[in-house]
Amino acid sequence: MNVPIKQHLIDPEICIRCYTCEMSCPINAIEHDDNNVVVNVDICNFCMDCIPVCPTGSIDEWRVVETPYTLEEQYAMEELPEQQDIEAAPEEEAGADPIAALLAEAHKGAGGKARAPVSAAKAAVNMYNLGRPAAMKVQGNYRLTDDPEHDVRHIILDPGALPFPVLEGQSVGIIPPGTDGEGNAHLPRLYSISSPRDGERAGYHNISLTVKREEGGLASNYLCDLEQGASVNVTGPFGATFLMPSRSEAHLLLICTGTGSAPMRAFTMQRQRTGATGGMTMFFGARTPESLPYFGPLKKVPQNLLKQHLVFSRQPGTQKEYVQDRILAEQDSVAELLGNENTHIYICGLRGMEEGVERAMTSIAESMGEQWIALRDTMREEGRYHVETY
Amino acid sequence: MLDLINVSYDTQIPNNVGLSEDKKVLKALEKWHPGYINWWNDLIPQNFQESMVYLRTAVSVDPKGWAKFDYVKMPEYRWGVLLAPAVEDRKIPMGEHLGEPAWQEVPGEYRNMLKRLIVIQGDTEPGSVEQQRFLGLTAPSLYDMRNLFQVNVEEGRHLWAMVYLLQKYFGRDGREEADDLLVRSSGSDDSPRMLGAFNEETPDWLSFFMFTYFTDRDGKMQLESLAQSGFDPLSRTCRFMLTEEAHHMFVGETGVGRTIQATLEAMAKHGITDPYDINKIRDLGVIDLPTMQKKLNLHYTLSLDLFGQEVSTNAANAFNSGVKGRYMEQRIDDDHKLQNDTYAVTSIKDGKIVTEDVPALTAINMRLRDDYVRDAAGGVGRWNKQIEKAGVNFQFKMPHEGFHRQIGVFSAVAVDPDGQIISAEEFQKRQDEWLPTKADGDYIQSLMKPCYEPGKYASWIAAPKVGIDNKPGDFEYVKLHMA
Repeated sequence: MNVPIKQHLIDPEICIRCYTCEMSCPINAIEHDDNNVVVNVDICNFCMDCIPVCPTGSIDEWRVVETPYTLEEQYAMEELPEQQDIEAAPEEEAGADPIAALLAEAHKGAGGKARAPVSAAKAAVNMYNLGRPAAMKVQGNYRLTDDPEHDVRHIILDPGALPFPVLEGQSVGIIPPGTDGEGNAHLPRLYSISSPRDGERAGYHNISLTVKREEGGLASNYLCDLEQGASVNVTGPFGATFLMPSRSEAHLLLICTGTGSAPMRAFTMQRQRTGATGGMTMFFGARTPESLPYFGPLKKVPQNLLKQHLVFSRQPGTQKEYVQDRILAEQDSVAELLGNENTHIYICGLRGMEEGVERAMTSIAESMGEQWIALRDTMREEGRYHVETY
Repeated sequence: MLDLINVSYDTQIPNNVGLSEDKKVLKALEKWHPGYINWWNDLIPQNFQESMVYLRTAVSVDPKGWAKFDYVKMPEYRWGVLLAPAVEDRKIPMGEHLGEPAWQEVPGEYRNMLKRLIVIQGDTEPGSVEQQRFLGLTAPSLYDMRNLFQVNVEEGRHLWAMVYLLQKYFGRDGREEADDLLVRSSGSDDSPRMLGAFNEETPDWLSFFMFTYFTDRDGKMQLESLAQSGFDPLSRTCRFMLTEEAHHMFVGETGVGRTIQATLEAMAKHGITDPYDINKIRDLGVIDLPTMQKKLNLHYTLSLDLFGQEVSTNAANAFNSGVKGRYMEQRIDDDHKLQNDTYAVTSIKDGKIVTEDVPALTAINMRLRDDYVRDAAGGVGRWNKQIEKAGVNFQFKMPHEGFHRQIGVFSAVAVDPDGQIISAEEFQKRQDEWLPTKADGDYIQSLMKPCYEPGKYASWIAAPKVGIDNKPGDFEYVKLHMA
């Protein structure tokens, strides 16, 4: 039996035959006759150049197939074929791309293929790569924590005149200078942006990162030591699923630890700037208040915009508490959120937090008479459950 | 190094042509800019200017960057000068200079011809915005309003594109021509737009959809021919404009399609099977198919007139000199010089319509018109499929190319939609069967009531199958500013 593959098709009922996709395909994988515009499965390499140029929404169609539809079959189609019942090979985006592989790994905890919220803005991705990075200027590098063992920094980068459109929740790649032992340039390391789409300062389109200095970490030490005015090579933006909904009435449930707070900060600022009405709830874990990034600014965000549960595991004089403990303690309000279809869940932080959160959620779902796995899978399919851990 | 892919925002005018280093042209454009903004501001009703519209803008001219969506107030839309990436070692693709390197500057001998073509193309762009200025007031949905405004801002950008060429390459007369583009105005008595179809009114949304389907398609064919030009800056400008023009085709085709859909659904719901039961169908608040056929007849024939004379020495000269090519020139398998070829052209001989072979070089317009007819027939076929699927016995037909023509060989005779030559009296007597009457217009006008609630549509038009930028059905495409 053939290994199932993903095939690109064009919806003949929506397509208006403007041939813009055909003209923008760099490798001539798209052709047409008097009837249809079709994609040659032997040539298409999923570069996605044809996707944004389509004016109709007919182009972004995919079928997992054992035997690909031939050009003749596609020419004869009057409507898109149904997806056949085939076990899809595990994948998230193109497998050969190391950045996509990194993101797929980070999103693994969601338990299936990640989907963006339905109302999310469309993310621009892969505008800059290793061969053609964006050179950004460091506008500022500030220490966020007051704990000698936890040097977490807020680093602001300015793309200048370069267009670098980002959405909250997306990541960028940082290329440390120099070469590895074999003389090759270092591969980019991924960092979530912590600023909203129109800039750390609104309208300035600058980007902030939240970086923790890791002992011996090549990229983190490079970033944390950067001085104002230095130039940094940046790739990206990356990620098209860990995004926030645009709907004002959506409620965001944010669960994070440490620098996993970066996307949460971006979400919060964007919702504050757009006057979103649906509210947010946050469970944020750190060792101590001193090591919790953005502790000061967070305290200034009104509770009716962002209900905050700041949880500490090494607070002298109090019992150790982890995010899952607080989630369980708040199980009534969390259950209410799980039952509401406006709720979007975001989990971001160290991989170790996943298990505890899963357990807490399983228990709360049970108390509602639901199965967590089923509930989670539904939410994920609807673009309402997002995990990014490392 | 100059970055020619990404749009630079370091001057007032976004561009990928290194404007900040081209002080003279930058100054000329900056001088032109306020007049343009005034033109725009005087045109569109104020509360729409203040509304937030979910529009598409280019952040770069490669495929990944040119369709970024976000809310913007229209006057703050970043109109800019965007050229498709240069093709290395591009050669002139046709005519007597075939194979020579494409010109980066205007060749002296073709200066006037090029200027005229650019001015004519430039004149159509603001013309259509002027024709459509009041449509926002009767938008059948926020989705449609957004599409209208997207078309409008992009036509505005196309004006910029042509003005850039005039300012950069044509010196003083270029600047004067650029200024005149803002002086002429659609339907004006003393200084109308240059082409007839751009002085007709666009009184209602069905006209708008027919216009974007049929008339903008002429624009697409013209741009596609100019994209072949040996004058490389013109070619690159037009290539990028074509990607935007595709959206206008989309608005037209789906707009008419959705109007048909609403009619079919209303007929089915009320058990009406006869498409000619016009009064009963109109009682349902939808537009009957025969009236749509009349609108099609009108807009299609007005658009055919835009192709000019069937046999034209001007067109031959433009082709021969490498200034303007044929539709998809690169894909045509011939010598690209047309010195000895012939092409079949229709004409009138002894009161009969005949076809005869003429030198292909002189038949460039006819050939482009034939390509247009083929291209336009595609969407009409898809509308017919929709009707067939609904089980209604009706088919749209493209009228004969001689029907209702003001320009070319057919302007001298009266021809019915089936292609029979008839007397002028006969045409006069029967034209109400074929072209929209005042009563038809009044009925359509009576349906033009605004529907501004997100996700809701006026009775006469169905919801789209897919949202713009994949947005859900109730997405608020325009956040209206209610003054």
